[in-house]
Amino acid sequence: MTTNPSTASNTDFLLAIEDLTVSFDGFKAVNGLNLYVDREEIRVIIGPNGAGKTTVLDLICGKTRATSGSIRFHNRELTRLAEHEIVWAGVGRKFQNPAIYENLTVAENLVVSYPKGRSVFGSLGFRRDATVQTRVEEVAEAVFLQDRLDEPAGILSHGQKQWLEIGMLLIQEPELIMLDEPVAGMSVRERQQTGELLARICQGRSMLIIEHDMDFVRSIAHKVTVMHQGKILVEGSMDKVHDDPRVKEVYLGH
Amino acid sequence: MNQAVNKLFGGLSGLVGFLLLAGLILIVLPGVLDGFRLNLVGKYLTYAFVAVSLVLCWGYGGILSLGQGIFFGLGGYCMAMFLKLEASSPANTAIQTTPGIPDFMDWNQITALPWFWKPFYSLPLTLIAIVALPTLFAWLISFALFKRRVGGVYFSIITQAIASILTILIVGQQGYTGGINGITDLRTLLGWDIRTDEAKWVLYFVTCALLLGVIVLSRLILTSKLGLLLVALRDQEDRVRFSGYDVANIKIFIFCVAAAISAIGGAMFTLQVGFMSPSFVGVVPSIELVIFAAVGGRYSLIGAVYGALLVNAAKTMFSESFPELWLYLMGGLFIAAVLLFPRGIAGLVERYGPPAMAAIGKRLPVPALRRGAPAVRSAK
Repeated sequence: MTTNPSTASNTDFLLAIEDLTVSFDGFKAVNGLNLYVDREEIRVIIGPNGAGKTTVLDLICGKTRATSGSIRFHNRELTRLAEHEIVWAGVGRKFQNPAIYENLTVAENLVVSYPKGRSVFGSLGFRRDATVQTRVEEVAEAVFLQDRLDEPAGILSHGQKQWLEIGMLLIQEPELIMLDEPVAGMSVRERQQTGELLARICQGRSMLIIEHDMDFVRSIAHKVTVMHQGKILVEGSMDKVHDDPRVKEVYLGH
Repeated sequence: MNQAVNKLFGGLSGLVGFLLLAGLILIVLPGVLDGFRLNLVGKYLTYAFVAVSLVLCWGYGGILSLGQGIFFGLGGYCMAMFLKLEASSPANTAIQTTPGIPDFMDWNQITALPWFWKPFYSLPLTLIAIVALPTLFAWLISFALFKRRVGGVYFSIITQAIASILTILIVGQQGYTGGINGITDLRTLLGWDIRTDEAKWVLYFVTCALLLGVIVLSRLILTSKLGLLLVALRDQEDRVRFSGYDVANIKIFIFCVAAAISAIGGAMFTLQVGFMSPSFVGVVPSIELVIFAAVGGRYSLIGAVYGALLVNAAKTMFSESFPELWLYLMGGLFIAAVLLFPRGIAGLVERYGPPAMAAIGKRLPVPALRRGAPAVRSAK
């Protein structure tokens, strides 16, 4: 299914995507994509609807299988791993709509995401000891939910749900965090807090973010990639991208 | 101490609920009911094993099995095969063409005991088989389906189809299985006559003890991280998967546990009722078992037991007076349970009952009635 990922070269990048293509019944949602993400880099992907942004995240985390090409993380090929093995390798992904467990409390949401006791019998024997408790509180504080630990996650506001899901990623300590429109539906104040949050947690890890809010992108991105029709249109600093006539035409011009 | 109570019973209110149930089935019912009625309750309690198993896999795991009769039946058949062999000693069956084999085999011109019957001469092997065979079968079904990401309503329909197929197989292979009549005329267990009132009395208490043990064991599972994961994957399967779990393994595990619990119920059924037949395996009994869990409360281990007791008590009462009306009533009850009290009797008690009994599952995550409208108890 994947054409010779073994031929992909070793790189110093944390994430190296080469010649990645996925075809749905002949429609190439991602077409020969090359994308490299550095260690501790915050990369934002922008682009019009249908450009293939979410599909790229789906491909990296294994939700969608590539037709051809290679995705290397720490020079380890991801395209052949099962979804949970990709998580174990150090890739965390947040979905576009907050995917949290509404019937569990905030603390339980974090405990479920805690990266120990991941096998069936491991989870049966898992003990919520002081180490776990401390970590849960730490993460809850990082995502501004330290006072809501015992409340059902279902009653949180939309923005808080987004934060909780970010917290659920954080507790797994991934080296690459992928976020799909993390500030969509947030108030101005929440956006600002989220920006600070992301800037804080990017230490020691990289991020790949899809976002439409240009002010937000400007405030956090180290580098911006513009996608269009499954390919990369432009890549570079926010200013470079913003001034590019092709980007204006397909995306920013309206 | 507190932690132990939380883990084993689901908090103080859970402990109260557990003790009330234990008091009811161990003291009150044996005190007020005659032998015949108590034996009926014993039979209902064997269904309660299945209702409890459905709380685990359906209520918590979101896996609706419409084929729990398969496992109840397999457990029951394993027990029946052992008892039948004991009842078919050469001395007892001297008038047959081939003495020493079960009577129905003789009627079907079978002249030697089939190989798969032979292990059932041994009680230890039978006891192992009662739990192991249904669990293995559950593993095969769930492994094949969950690893391929077949779930939801498709899984339910397939379990139902398998229940139907198994019934047809049992009925069709009359010479090996006793066919539509099942395995009847069971007499003794290691020489101990199970048909006497005294034996039924003892078996009733064995059933109660096993059921209470199963409830505690289930609670242990539900209060572990695996219990949280079940609720999590019921609501957001993808989120669990992309948090680093092999979701299929968790679902396979809980489905196998549910099968094992149902099978123990089936074996106790055979012992108390004295026979096993395909009418406890197929589609209709499997759906009835789901109704017990739904009426009792599919999120409450203890509620499920009351569901099995009450629906069956009602069934017995009504079918004694209006046999033809019962099926309609049963259907109506199921619709009412789904529409009016989706969390069953346990949900009603929690909402309107005395606070001491409230929240039989208080320490446990109690699911919302509807997605997006969570039941908020303390939003302070």
